[in-house]
Amino acid sequence: MSVSVQEGDFDAGAEITALSQGCPEVGAVATFIGLVRTARDGSGVRAMTLEHYPGMTEKALEDIVVDARGRWHLEGVRVIHRVGRLEPGDQIVFVGVAGAHRGEAFAACEFIMDYLKTRAPFWKREETPQGVRWVEARESDDDAAVRWDDIEIRR
Amino acid sequence: MTIRVLYFAALRDALGRSEESLALPPGVSTIGELQTFLADRGDQWKAIEGGKSVRAARNQRMVGSSEPVSPGDEIAFFPPVTGG
Repeated sequence: MSVSVQEGDFDAGAEITALSQGCPEVGAVATFIGLVRTARDGSGVRAMTLEHYPGMTEKALEDIVVDARGRWHLEGVRVIHRVGRLEPGDQIVFVGVAGAHRGEAFAACEFIMDYLKTRAPFWKREETPQGVRWVEARESDDDAAVRWDDIEIRR
Repeated sequence: MTIRVLYFAALRDALGRSEESLALPPGVSTIGELQTFLADRGDQWKAIEGGKSVRAARNQRMVGSSEPVSPGDEIAFFPPVTGG
């Protein structure tokens, strides 16, 4: 299964190993790991809770993986996104892409993260000393996703 | 026509509910019309017409405001996503 939404932590090393195990044609594995961090804007984040839309979340992530596989020839893709309450330093998301060469692995990994940021129904709520607040979406995330539309047109 | 409507995250907090079953009157047949219909419920419901700050999904796929609504649909409204 290439997509998981789960409360529990993941073992990035084991996931990376699994992406190329038994696949001698894999020459490159690119990965991204997102972590909870403090001080988004100078205020201390003690923890965050990730809410999602069960059912749609899995479909949205699977659609993104299918889209990536349509754009690049990939040998393997793994996406894990955690939900629930997480603290600074905790892992939130893992994206791993295996391909023959680094070009498609790097590109597909970044593409999956950019699309995940704008299309997968997750919402972050932060706990700060001032109280609880929902994280606002950033326009730069939309811009990051849109640039892949242009790349598709150029192909 | 009866549909199920779900609300998530900050929008759910603003509206004070997470889901409901809704019988729609004739004339409410798209996502945009549904938003207008819901906004007419009162002041706190104006948030459902938030333009780009409210996104919609029909049967668990993101859609635009012109998307039709059919009996039995699961419609969801939520703020722009912030995962990753």
